[in-house]
Amino acid sequence: MNTIVCIKRVPDSATRVRIGPGGREIDPSGVKHVMNPYDEFALEEALRRVEAAGAGRVTAISVGPPESAETLRTALATGADEAVLLTCEPTTDSLAVARALADEIRGREYDLVLLGKQAIDDDNMQVPQILAELLEIPCATVVVGLEIDGRHVVARREVEGGHEVMEFDLPAVISAQKGLNEPRYPSLKGIMAAKKKPLEEKPITPSAPALELVSLEEPAASAAGRIVGEGPDAVPELVSALREEAKVL
Amino acid sequence: MGDVLAVAELREGAAGKPAREVTGLARSMADALGGEAHVIAVGGPGTVEAVSSLAGLGADRIFVAEGADPGPESPDVAAATVSARVTKGDYAAVLFPATARGKDVAPRVAGRLERGLATEITAWSVSDGAITVQRPMFAGKAIATLRFRESPALMTVRANVFSPEDREGAGEVVRIETVGRPRARVTAVEHSERDRLDVAEATIVVSGGRGMQDPENWRLLEDLVDALGEEATLGASRAVVDAGWRPHGEQVGQTGKTVSPNLYFAVGISGAIQHLAGMRTAKVIVAINRDADAPIFSVADYGVVGDLFEILPRLAEEIRSVRRDG
Repeated sequence: MNTIVCIKRVPDSATRVRIGPGGREIDPSGVKHVMNPYDEFALEEALRRVEAAGAGRVTAISVGPPESAETLRTALATGADEAVLLTCEPTTDSLAVARALADEIRGREYDLVLLGKQAIDDDNMQVPQILAELLEIPCATVVVGLEIDGRHVVARREVEGGHEVMEFDLPAVISAQKGLNEPRYPSLKGIMAAKKKPLEEKPITPSAPALELVSLEEPAASAAGRIVGEGPDAVPELVSALREEAKVL
Repeated sequence: MGDVLAVAELREGAAGKPAREVTGLARSMADALGGEAHVIAVGGPGTVEAVSSLAGLGADRIFVAEGADPGPESPDVAAATVSARVTKGDYAAVLFPATARGKDVAPRVAGRLERGLATEITAWSVSDGAITVQRPMFAGKAIATLRFRESPALMTVRANVFSPEDREGAGEVVRIETVGRPRARVTAVEHSERDRLDVAEATIVVSGGRGMQDPENWRLLEDLVDALGEEATLGASRAVVDAGWRPHGEQVGQTGKTVSPNLYFAVGISGAIQHLAGMRTAKVIVAINRDADAPIFSVADYGVVGDLFEILPRLAEEIRSVRRDG
């Protein structure tokens, strides 16, 4: 079992977003970057599948700026065997990212490609499905349960008010949702070992974006609300405001 | 050049709100582009009957691929069938609802057609024939404006943003065949016991946080949801999901769902930045919290400070009473 896990370096979810001077990206000052949280579930699953098979390799791939090497190093410290960084300017174009990943993955031997269900920066939620189409293999998204028996896969995915069960054969693309597993964290030993693991950097030129990012803005600040009152005695006034003023009841 | 295709989603055989919202948006977008509004539906027996009502929202033509299997169609087949229709027509835009199914299928169509897709759009405009859309990024901490460079412009449409209007459309039903072979099959659909709306779709959301103190106390929130009626559902903060008190499907915020209901109750939620990002586009926000300095009050339209265990029962009672009196 060889697994490939695609990883993105993103601003931490606690980031207070401010728009940079160019008006098309966030101001990077003071922003702490982390591995995309959903990618942690994808990485964990990639590790477990190879461990369960007792043979194979886990390859971590990222598309992004040179700083993404740090995130891949974390993946290596967590247990991945090798990493590839497809170096380019940061892009929010999912088609361009999926094409770059597909070009890299096509030349490799793999059984399972895992990604987080979405990146928490651009929130596009597109790359896993586009990648599967480009590779022409089955894909299940927003997966919270995965059973693999030989080449047969049963995946449970989250849908409104329940779950959908999908069945298909390997090789396949899986996008991971929180709940799929409990991700492990790098051990000190893992961090030391990661320094010796291969991390290859390949400069690429992504395809021209299909969508032009015209601007990025902070949302309009909401008008200050009011404290209706304290305790249960404020309830009648609240309900009346919701009915008469806001007209939402 | 200027037709717009809406991809209608059927739930339990009916064309519900997601199908109606994309059809209405296809109508207004087609008007701006000087084209026709088309609908495509891929489903089981009875699909024709289910979608013919969409003519009343301005659909000019309705393409229906009706299969023999009553279960949900494989997303591969849905994507291949929609892609085939797109290449046969002359579409400026293709709209999917931003539902679990729409968000799964739309990128597959983007991959097949190798065209750009904007997900969860909240606004749009047309100038010189080019379509520009707005969508949230960073779970709503930033709003991106994007211009499509090529047609068709593919997009998923956020729930509760665009309301369809009654418009008489020709509604000509055209039967088509499904295309392609499923790489993956949907073999079962499991519904959770309590059949409530998904937090991303409901028009009223009641979310609880750590201030609820114990998972047992969710009965108070459930009672409030019941008082608010069928359009209401439960949400949760990340803290209580991580604590295992509530399922992840209910989580609102940057690592959960971003919601835009008409009315949002934040109960016992202090308002971490990740949570605020996920719910600040709600039309009206009500915060109930013991701590008057909690950040949630900075985004709330209405706040009540105090003991939620005293406030919640009173609130449910008061809402029942006003709903009863009309």
